[in-house]
Amino acid sequence: MNASYLELARALQPEAALIIGALIVLGFDLAALRRADLEARLRTAVAIGAIAVAVAFALACRTGAAGPVFGEVLMLDKLAVAARLGVLGLTLLTLGVATGAPAPRHPAEYVAIMLFAATGFTLMSAAQQLLLAFLALELASLSLYILAGFDKSRAESAEAALKYFLFGGMSAAFLLFGFSLIYGLTGSIDLPEISVALARQGLSPLLAIALVMVLGAFGFKAAAAPFHLWAPDAYQGAPIPSAALIASASKLAGFVLFTRLLWPGLGAVAGDVSGFAGPAGWLPVMALLSGASLLLGNLAALAQSNVRRLLAYSAIAHAGALLLGVMATGSAGPAPLFYYAATYGVATAGAFGVLAVLERGGVGPRIEDLAGLRQRSPLLTVCLLVFVLSLAGIPPLAGFFGKLFVFAAALKLGGLAGPAGWLTLLAILLSAVALYYYLILLKQALVAPAARAAGPIATPWTAALTLLAAAALIVVLGIFPSLLLGLL
Amino acid sequence: MNALPWTIYLSFAGAVVVLLAGARSAGAARWLALLTALAGWGVTLAAAAGYVPAADLRSLVDVPWIPELGIRYHLAADGISLTLVVLTGLAATAGILFSWNVEERVGEFFALFLALIGGVYGVFLSADALLLFVFYEVAIVPKYFLIAKWGSTRREYGAMKLVLFSFTGSALVLAGLLWAYAAGGGQGFGFTELAAGVYTRSEQLGMFALVFLGFAVLAGLFPFHTWAPTGHVAAPTAASMLLAGVVMKLGAYGCLRVAMPLFPEGFFFWQPVIAWLAVAGIVYAGLVALVQEDFKFVIGYSSVSHMGFVLLGLAAANTRAVGGAVLQMFSHGVIAGLLFAVVGRMVYDRTHTRRLEDLRAMTLHRRLPLVAVIFVLAGMASMGMPGFSGFPAELSILIGAWQVSPLWALVAAVGVLVAAAFTLRAIQLAFFGDAGGMEGPAPPGPQVDDGRRGGRPSKDASDDAHLMPPISWPEKTGALLLIAATVLVGVKPDLLLDWIGPSLQSSLLQAVLKGGAP
Repeated sequence: MNASYLELARALQPEAALIIGALIVLGFDLAALRRADLEARLRTAVAIGAIAVAVAFALACRTGAAGPVFGEVLMLDKLAVAARLGVLGLTLLTLGVATGAPAPRHPAEYVAIMLFAATGFTLMSAAQQLLLAFLALELASLSLYILAGFDKSRAESAEAALKYFLFGGMSAAFLLFGFSLIYGLTGSIDLPEISVALARQGLSPLLAIALVMVLGAFGFKAAAAPFHLWAPDAYQGAPIPSAALIASASKLAGFVLFTRLLWPGLGAVAGDVSGFAGPAGWLPVMALLSGASLLLGNLAALAQSNVRRLLAYSAIAHAGALLLGVMATGSAGPAPLFYYAATYGVATAGAFGVLAVLERGGVGPRIEDLAGLRQRSPLLTVCLLVFVLSLAGIPPLAGFFGKLFVFAAALKLGGLAGPAGWLTLLAILLSAVALYYYLILLKQALVAPAARAAGPIATPWTAALTLLAAAALIVVLGIFPSLLLGLL
Repeated sequence: MNALPWTIYLSFAGAVVVLLAGARSAGAARWLALLTALAGWGVTLAAAAGYVPAADLRSLVDVPWIPELGIRYHLAADGISLTLVVLTGLAATAGILFSWNVEERVGEFFALFLALIGGVYGVFLSADALLLFVFYEVAIVPKYFLIAKWGSTRREYGAMKLVLFSFTGSALVLAGLLWAYAAGGGQGFGFTELAAGVYTRSEQLGMFALVFLGFAVLAGLFPFHTWAPTGHVAAPTAASMLLAGVVMKLGAYGCLRVAMPLFPEGFFFWQPVIAWLAVAGIVYAGLVALVQEDFKFVIGYSSVSHMGFVLLGLAAANTRAVGGAVLQMFSHGVIAGLLFAVVGRMVYDRTHTRRLEDLRAMTLHRRLPLVAVIFVLAGMASMGMPGFSGFPAELSILIGAWQVSPLWALVAAVGVLVAAAFTLRAIQLAFFGDAGGMEGPAPPGPQVDDGRRGGRPSKDASDDAHLMPPISWPEKTGALLLIAATVLVGVKPDLLLDWIGPSLQSSLLQAVLKGGAP
């Protein structure tokens, strides 16, 4: 182990920037702004936080793909760099969303915890060792639990946090148990060594148990059926910026972490989904999770009347497609998965951003409450249109190309001869179902007239800027997908 | 020719400009929309004037777009695309003329309309299957909002049904294309690249079924046509004109350009099924049109029936039938546009009813003589009378189909008779309610007397006539354009066949087409 602390410090510059930023946010608020009103404190905190994230972004760019770091504890490959930039970008987007949402009671703490969560995400993006992976995951998760329950005055927020925490705590326990079994079987917590050992051993009953544990935790993080039960309540009850963070950056980081764990680490026992008679492994199990998520997410979304619950079920459906991307990563590389997860994150965080501004403007969470949005705020309507159509996968928006890349990669596994092909066909056909509920949402916003003499909705300029930037990103990344694919 | 891509860019840019202008002035939005459509049409006509017929697609733009997947931004045109872009320009212009009276959210209406047009141009000019698919989907969303916001009868239902059918169809297409891409080694989505892929027989059968069915849903293939009548009836006039006139052709074009040449073996397997479904659609939709109470539904079902001819022509797969099918695409695009314009704009906006029973009592031939003349002309064209574009088109299709299977042609010929029946019935009920004849008693005496005086407006009728605004200049212009087009092509079909014929000799299409003089 050729550990060098200097090397480690250099590789962890973005994380350091985030932590320092979080401390400044807290300190400045404590020292200077105790008497200021909530809005001003939120704006200051977000401004400092945004600078910290931007600095971290620049540092992550500069560090680049440095290869294995600190005795292979971290792996700064292209995927890690892209994922770091992705989660930082999404965190920045969420900070912008926070300026549009009603101010929380302790704005500085709120922003600081978001930065801590972001630190967890960036570490998750690069972790290549079971222990660090688990610690990064827990740093992110604990921060997210707090963020979900941050609105202490609302029972829904507490419910969201409690459900999220209980499910999350359970899945963390399973994950740790799985890790301990893997360590017991292979004698190592480093993914490269684990992969070498597993290639020698093959699949054993004990390893199968470990895989189930790991997949269960992954299913929780991804909100894949049947581990999705927390998602609708958390998305509905949590403060909106928290929900946006859970749905976007956290998801991207989770997918990168588990993809790294599963393919380079446990790839030897992946099994096969290109045909129906392939060897056993974790891939067939993941195919089941994917199919269940696609079906449950898309069908349950049809019955929703609350926009945030609708987004939650659509998130479950998207998790199914993303799992397909994970399955295809073994042969096609992580580019399709990363493109999908990143652009999905932008679209869904953007949609939550629109909802945040609406909530501040007193517009309720039901789908009918969107009626007449076109007259009340053309800006929000255009942004919502872009985000929702991207989620629905309409070209030339980024959501379409995410699906295209993932489906093309999945079909290359073996055409329609195996589970991967059939799942792809299912996902493509269910996209027509998905279009139905997305159009219901847009119909209210664009076609239905305003219910009463409802006035215009004011959008803070920071939130407006954030949403426009996100919408522009969706369009640009859709028309020029190579900008993002080229990172990998 | 090289300017053809500008039709796409002009339409999308026009959509944005019209949207912005519409926020300030409805009149400006109308004129800008008309100018955009005219500019696009002008580009297509200029390209047509300079077109030298050739077999293969002529490349217009070809740059890498998504190199990771081998997707190219490749636009190209041949005689078939040219025919259809000229039709698109014409239908767009006429559609805008016939929606001159839209008053609500004018800018948005025309912006969506132009966005739809841009997508349509894109489909007809794409030489990369994925690019074609992207344009195809771009055209879907505007349809929903056009119908759901500005439509009439059960508009939200009709809009959703239409969009979900189109989108499900496109999902099948995407599945088939991706499968072919993956099975062919992932070289790219260009027509030539996909056609060069080596697919097993069972793969070809599956891929063809997915891609063809997906496109054919939009072309109104029986029994997947049900979206068309409801959607067309619910849509505002301009959208019905465009949907029936051009958008249904996207489906047929996709079948001809993508499904058939790329998977010939699959095509030959499914050929009889397609032909029989097409024939069934011709007769069934015709019979359904015969009993409709709603004027617009008659036209909606007649569109399905006429599109059945297109599909039959494709299924017959010889140069005569396919040439006829492309001609029929043009012809039906013009005629359906005209029919919907008469029903939705000229009649409905003045009478506020589309029930044939109600129209019958109004004896419109006296109140709106010009409209009656236009509809009779359009009806004759729709029946396939000589001198109109429908005649050479349907004749070629029937002759071509006869060469493959006389039975198809015979049953389809029954459909021609049914078309004559429902068209005459609609003409009689809607315009000549006092002429007696086919159904029920003639309206009361005085009006019959008036009828004897050569159809001049009576005093009774002219008392009511002030309720009906006169036919405005945009309507006259639009109708004139469409009638001129159908007569011109009817009298001299070689205008278009000279472009279409050589393009059927392209190496891609020759994989499926056999025999028969163009």
